[in-house]
Amino acid sequence: MDKGFNWMAGGPQGSGVDTAANIFGRACGYGGLYVYGRREYHSNIKGLHSYFHLRISSSEVSANVNDVDMLAAFDAETVVRHITEVVPNGGIIVDQNQLETKILEIPTLPLEFKSIFKEFLKENGIGDRLADLLEYARKKGIHVFKVPYMELLEDVADKLGIEKLSKITRMINVLTIGISFGLLGYDVALIEKAIKDVFGEKPKIVEMNLLALEVAYDYAKNNFSKDFGYRLPKISVNEERIFLSGNQAVAIGKVLGGCRVQTYYPITPAADESEYIEAHEILSTKVSGMEAGVVVLQTEDEIAAINMASGAALAGARASTSTSGPGFSLMVEGLSWAGHNEVPVVITYYQRGAPSTGLPTRHGQDDLRFAIHAGHGEFPRIVLASGDIRECFYDAVNAFNYAERFQLPVIHLIDKALANSSQTFPVFDLTKVKIHRGEILDEKMLEGLEYKRFTFTESGISPRVLLGTRNGVHWHSGDEHNEYGHISEEPHNRIRMMEKRMKKLETIEREVPITEKINFSGEPNAKNMIVSWGSPKGAIVEALNELSREGYSLGFLQVRMVHPLPGEHIKEILQKADKIIDVEMNYSGQLGGIITEKTGIPMDFQIVKYNGRPMTTTEVYDALKLVLDGRAPKRQVLTYGA
Amino acid sequence: MALKWQDFKTDVFVDWCPGCGNYGILAALQMALAELGLEPHRVVLVSGIGCSGKLPHFVKANGVHVLHGRTLPFAQGIKIANPDLEAIAIGGDGDGLGIGIGHLVNAGRRNMDITYLIHDNGVYGLTKGQASPTLRLGLKVKAIPRPNINEAVNPLTVALAAGYTFVARAYAYDTKHLKEIIKQAILHKGLALVDILQPCPTYNDINTKEWYAGEDRVDPKTGKPTPRLYKLEEVGYDPVVHDLNEDFDKKIAAMEKAREWGDKIPIGVFYKNELLPTFQERITQRIPFYIENPPAKQKICDDAGSPITDIDVFLKELRVT
Repeated sequence: MDKGFNWMAGGPQGSGVDTAANIFGRACGYGGLYVYGRREYHSNIKGLHSYFHLRISSSEVSANVNDVDMLAAFDAETVVRHITEVVPNGGIIVDQNQLETKILEIPTLPLEFKSIFKEFLKENGIGDRLADLLEYARKKGIHVFKVPYMELLEDVADKLGIEKLSKITRMINVLTIGISFGLLGYDVALIEKAIKDVFGEKPKIVEMNLLALEVAYDYAKNNFSKDFGYRLPKISVNEERIFLSGNQAVAIGKVLGGCRVQTYYPITPAADESEYIEAHEILSTKVSGMEAGVVVLQTEDEIAAINMASGAALAGARASTSTSGPGFSLMVEGLSWAGHNEVPVVITYYQRGAPSTGLPTRHGQDDLRFAIHAGHGEFPRIVLASGDIRECFYDAVNAFNYAERFQLPVIHLIDKALANSSQTFPVFDLTKVKIHRGEILDEKMLEGLEYKRFTFTESGISPRVLLGTRNGVHWHSGDEHNEYGHISEEPHNRIRMMEKRMKKLETIEREVPITEKINFSGEPNAKNMIVSWGSPKGAIVEALNELSREGYSLGFLQVRMVHPLPGEHIKEILQKADKIIDVEMNYSGQLGGIITEKTGIPMDFQIVKYNGRPMTTTEVYDALKLVLDGRAPKRQVLTYGA
Repeated sequence: MALKWQDFKTDVFVDWCPGCGNYGILAALQMALAELGLEPHRVVLVSGIGCSGKLPHFVKANGVHVLHGRTLPFAQGIKIANPDLEAIAIGGDGDGLGIGIGHLVNAGRRNMDITYLIHDNGVYGLTKGQASPTLRLGLKVKAIPRPNINEAVNPLTVALAAGYTFVARAYAYDTKHLKEIIKQAILHKGLALVDILQPCPTYNDINTKEWYAGEDRVDPKTGKPTPRLYKLEEVGYDPVVHDLNEDFDKKIAAMEKAREWGDKIPIGVFYKNELLPTFQERITQRIPFYIENPPAKQKICDDAGSPITDIDVFLKELRVT
C-alpha cells in the first residue's frame, strides 16, 4: 500500500495548528500532490492539545494511516502524545528549549493519560524528562531534530525590528513548517504561495511569516540536510484540483442546489458550515443581471432553527438547518410536524461522539438509528449518508431535490470526520448537478380550481402551492387533517391520509435510481462482503484495494440512502456472500442491525470503533485481513488514535 | 372589489364553547383583514396549540397550524423567505408565555414586520383548565385542585423589554376596539404584539365577562357596575415614540401602565415605535436586493434544471492546481 508521507503538527489549542495544516496542505497541493488531513481538537478554546494529521501522496488519499513520518511538535506535550505513532526513520521536530520538561508534570495532560504513560515509561526504562523520551525515540531509529525555536524567533524579530518577542511566538507553527519543508527539500516558492494565500489580506502578517519560513527553512538546510530520508516531489498537473473540508463541501453544494434560507444554532461540528455560507451570502449567478443571496440566520435554539426553516420552505425557498446530535434532539418535534405536513426541509446532521454532550469535538457515527426513527409517529423521511467529502457536495444538492420532489424532510447525515477533514481532489463535475423542484402549481394552473393541499394521489405526492400564490389559499395542520389541511379525526380519512403519506416511501423506492442509493466497489460476486456507511468509506476502499491486490475476494457495499433502505438490492448483493463484515463507527453496528431487520441476513463479523477518532486504513486493513484469514473474533473493536 | 368580512369565512364548523372570547377575536380579525383590503392569498395565519390554534381553519386565508409554542419561529421563517406576505402569529397565553417564551423574547430582538396575537385567558382550555402563565399567584380557578403557586408573567412588560415595537392590549368582547387594534398592529412597521384579554367561560371562573364588566362593583349612586377596563386613548395617553430620544421614557411609561391590574385595567396601544429598523430592513443592509428578490422568489435553476448559481467564487478560494 502506498502510505504516502504522513505529517503531523500538534500544539496547544490556539497556537495555529489548523493554519499550519492549511499552509502545509495547500503547499503540497500546489506541487501536484494529493492531501488528506484530519483535524483533532478538544472542547476548549485555548491551551489543550490539538493536532492535524496530514497524509500526502501522488495519488488520491481519503483516510489516514497509523504512521507519522514527521511530527512537528509546537510543544512538549505533542511529543508525549504522539511519540508511539512516529515510525522508525521518521522525524520529530522539537523545541530545544523544552528538553528538560518533566513529562508527567505537563499540566494539560489528563490523569487517565498520565497513568497509562507512566507505565509506558517504566516498562521501557525511560527517564522523566522529554530528553529521555527523545533518546528512546532516537534508539528506535527516529530522527530527532532539536530546533531552538526562541532563538530563531529572535532572529526573525531582529530582522523585522520587533522588540516584543511575545508578538511573534504565534509563528512557531510556521517555523515548524519551514523546518519540515527544509528537511524534505520542497520547493520554497510553493510554500510562500501557500502562506500568501492563507493570510491573504494581511500583508504585514504575510511578510512576518515569509521571513519565519525563510529562517527556519535555511536552518534545517544548514543543520540537518543530510539526516532525513524522505523527499516530497513536485508533480506537474493539468487538471483543476481543490482542497476543502466536508463543512465547505456541504455549504457549496447547498448554495449550488438553491438553498436560500439557512438557520442554525451554534454547535460543533456543524456551525462552520453556516458561517461559511454567511460569509458568502451574496451569490453570483450564471445569468447576467440575476441576483441571488442566502439569508443565514442564527436562531435562539434548534427548535426555532428547524421550525423557521420549515416556515421558509412552505413559503417556497429551499431551506435547511445544520446541527449535531444534541441540537437534532431538540428538533425532533419539528421534524415530526414537517413529516406530517409534507414540508421539503433539509436537516444537515453532523454526528459526533454521543450520547448527551458526549465527545463534542470528536468523531462518531452513533446516530443512524436516531436519525431514522426520531419523531413521534410514523411519517416518511429520507436519510442520506455521505461517505466522503465529494459525496457531501453532491448529496447536499440531492437532499434538496428529494425534499421537494417527495415533499418530506431529508436528513443529510455527515459526521465529524467528514466535517473537519480536508482533502484534495479534482474539482466537482458540475454537469452532473441537476435541480428537480417537484410539482408546484402556480397562479395560472390554479385558476378555476379548488385547491387541496393534501389531495389524495397514487404516488402519495400532492401538487404543492407556495404560500402567497394567488388562487392557492391553503391550510396546514399538525393535527391529522383532511385533503384541505383542516383538522379531521374521522377514521377513514385517517387511514387514507396515513397511507397517502407512507406511500411516498414506495414512490422513492421506485423513482430514485439505485446508483443514488448505494455505491459498490470491489468484486461484484465476492465471497466476502463489507457493509458500511459514512466516513469509514475512505479507509475501507483503500484497505479493500490492497487486499484485492493480495488476491482476496472482497466487495464493499456502501449504503448512501440509509432510509428508506433499498433492502431488495442489498439482499441481492449480500445473499451470495460467505462472510458479511459490518464496519461502523459506533458500539452496536447500527447499520448492520437495520440491514438484518430488513433483509433477514445476519452480519457475520463486526468491526466497530467508538473511541472518538476515525478509522484509519491501517487498522481497517488489519482487521479485515484477520477476518479473511479466518482468525478474527466475531467482533473487533478498533482503538487507534490519540 | 372591496372585501367583506364574510369573504374570510370558511365552511369549517367553529367548535369553541358557547360564550368563548375566541368568537370575538375571530370576528375582529376577519373584519380587520377585510377593512385593510388584504387579499387572502397574501395573508398567512400561523397558530399554535390550544383552542386558539384552531382559528386559522375558520379563516379563508392561508393557515399554518403548527406546534405548541412555535408560532413565532414558523411565522418568522415564512416572513424571511417572502417578506411580501402578511404573517400573523396567533397563540394562547400558555403557548406564547409558557412553552414558547424563549421564542417570544428572541423575536423581539429581530423586530420582523409581523403581528402576534395572544389569546390571554389565564387557563389551558383544551387540556381542561390548568393554570396558564398569566394566571395570578394564589388564584384558584375551578379546575385546578390547589391555588396557583406560580407568579404570573406580564405579556406586555416582557414584550417591551424584549424589543417589540408595537405593544397593545385589547378585550375579546369589545370586538370593534379589538378590530381597530389588530388593524394598527398589522399596519405597524415592525413586530407587533396584541395581548387579548379573553374570558374562558368554561374554566376561568374568576376573570369572567362579569368580572371585566365590574358587576361586583356596583356604583351605589347610579346602581350600575363600574367596568374594570378603560381605554388608554380616552385618557390622553400617547404611546407613540416620535423621536428616538424619548424612547426610553415612553417604554418606562408603557411598563408602568402595563402594571395596572385589578380595579383598573388599561386597554389600547401602550407603545409604538416605527423609528427602529425592522429585520427585513437589516437584511437589506447586507443583501440589497432582498425585498425585490427574496429567497422564496429567487430562480435557482434554468428550464433544463441546471443550477444558475455560480460557485466559482468558492472554488477559486479552494483551488490548488
